[in-house]
Amino acid sequence: MAQLICEGLSLGYDGREILHGINFEVNAGDYLCIVGENGSGKSTLMKTILGLQSPLSGTVRTGDGLKQNEIGYLPQQTIVQRDFPASVREIVLSGCQARCGLRPFYNKEEKALAEANMEKMDVLPLANRCYRELSGGQQQRVLLARALCATRKMLLLDEPVSGLDPRVTAEMYALIEKLNREDGITILMISHDIAAALRYATHILHVANNVFFGTKEEYLQSDAGKTFAKEADVNVE
Amino acid sequence: MLSKLAEYWEYPFVKYALIVGVLVALCSSLLGVTLVLKRFSFIGDGLSHVAFGAMAIASIFNITNDMPIVIVITVLSAVLLLRGGQNAKIKGDAAVAMISVGALAVGYLLLNLFAPSGNLAGDVCSTLFGSTSILTLSKFDVAFSAGLSLLVIVIFILFYQKIFCVTFDENFARATGTKASLYNLLIAIVIAVIIVLAMNLVGSLLISALVIFPALSAMRLFKSFRSVTVFAAVYSVLTAALGILVSILAGTPVGSTIVGIEIVTFACCFIIGSVGMKKAA
Ligand SMILES: Nc1ncnc2c1ncn2[C@@H]1O[C@H](COP(=O)(O)OP(=O)(O)OP(=O)(O)O)[C@@H](O)[C@H]1O
Ligand SMILES: [Mg+2]
Repeated sequence: MAQLICEGLSLGYDGREILHGINFEVNAGDYLCIVGENGSGKSTLMKTILGLQSPLSGTVRTGDGLKQNEIGYLPQQTIVQRDFPASVREIVLSGCQARCGLRPFYNKEEKALAEANMEKMDVLPLANRCYRELSGGQQQRVLLARALCATRKMLLLDEPVSGLDPRVTAEMYALIEKLNREDGITILMISHDIAAALRYATHILHVANNVFFGTKEEYLQSDAGKTFAKEADVNVE
Repeated sequence: MLSKLAEYWEYPFVKYALIVGVLVALCSSLLGVTLVLKRFSFIGDGLSHVAFGAMAIASIFNITNDMPIVIVITVLSAVLLLRGGQNAKIKGDAAVAMISVGALAVGYLLLNLFAPSGNLAGDVCSTLFGSTSILTLSKFDVAFSAGLSLLVIVIFILFYQKIFCVTFDENFARATGTKASLYNLLIAIVIAVIIVLAMNLVGSLLISALVIFPALSAMRLFKSFRSVTVFAAVYSVLTAALGILVSILAGTPVGSTIVGIEIVTFACCFIIGSVGMKKAA
């Protein structure tokens, strides 16, 4: 059974539809890139998958041992966080919150997990620094470490490389690929970087009036894929 | 001056007043950061006016120990306001403004029409700006305030990690299965309780100061959530204690004395913070 199944989803706000006819399945170990224009509803789709808002119709189901609250999430940056006094360690630890249940404090195991994930994301030296004083790339890695504390199975990333310079972007992609390959974590990533999407993803979900879902190879054969890749000026060999 | 202080110290009620004042100040500072950052501060402001209305009603019915009923009314309004904010049909801020100004007006109107005591201006003034002296608190008020303050502190410590999560990134908390709306409700209820507690100390117009100044001062100087919380608590306890002592000695109103001291110390924190930042840069 697939880890995540979306059937006949239609999305919108206040009853006004912005997207319909979304059907796709994600299996363990997949790397799915969600592409589409600004405002086409990619973030909305992600929030629906996470249960932050309910779909107008259709269903989102999880399976293969994945529970709804075991999905790690890297949000598109929000402004609220900008002047928040919080250290890197506090933020990464907060990813363990769901494991705590009603227990008021984190236990040794959770603290160790946070340290391990900071190490993995290479932010351990920053552990006591203030989050708002970090660079954009460092902040993204901190939030990724937090997301890793919340999951061992599936990560949802909403434009993880926006605002990063080319070198840091490449590092970020490498990190994500490593998580996918070595740790077997399923990746769902929203990206405007079509070249990277075609390079790393196994599957593509193209969000538009006609929603496309299929493997990368199928996408390159489809009309949507051809136009989009051409507009983005990507050489498809 | 010290002999005068020693003389006052002989009376048990002075000690009680100091203890209660400090406990209440401590509670108010705890949720300050959450309030400032979560845009809940407007709810805090609105609730203080509701509490004023509730107090007016209590005094019309000649209820002497009015705190429990005021708390119930204020907590209920907090819950309603939070619901309203989420449904967002009437914009959250507008709903708060309507309720708070309404409560203020109706409260004053009712007091004018039915007030049992002759000293209306004095009554209103002390509800708005705090008792001229904290020493006039009744024994029941003192015990009740102390008990509730301790309860608030315990709740805050038990839910500290959850409050941090929900304050820092509500969407993430919700997505990973933290019951964010439940904790928002808890935060709103605790804020309501704090506001009623603080009303005795500084009056309903000055409550926001007691809640927000410690957090803002701490945020100038510290950069992790825990250090900000701890500093705000210590800051609040010290300024409240100092304010109460000064007001007893100088005969000034408690509330405005404490807020005055907080303004001065905030300025100090602001300057130290800026200088520190320049040095670091
Ligand atoms: N809270 C909201 N209430 C009402 N409409 C919204 C809300 N959030 C987004 N929308 C609308 O829904 C549509 C899709 O928004 P969404 O954020 O999902 O786009 P997106 O594909 O993530 O875009 P981007 O690439 O810019 O991030 C947009 O037209 C937007 O105006
Ligand atoms: Mg988006």
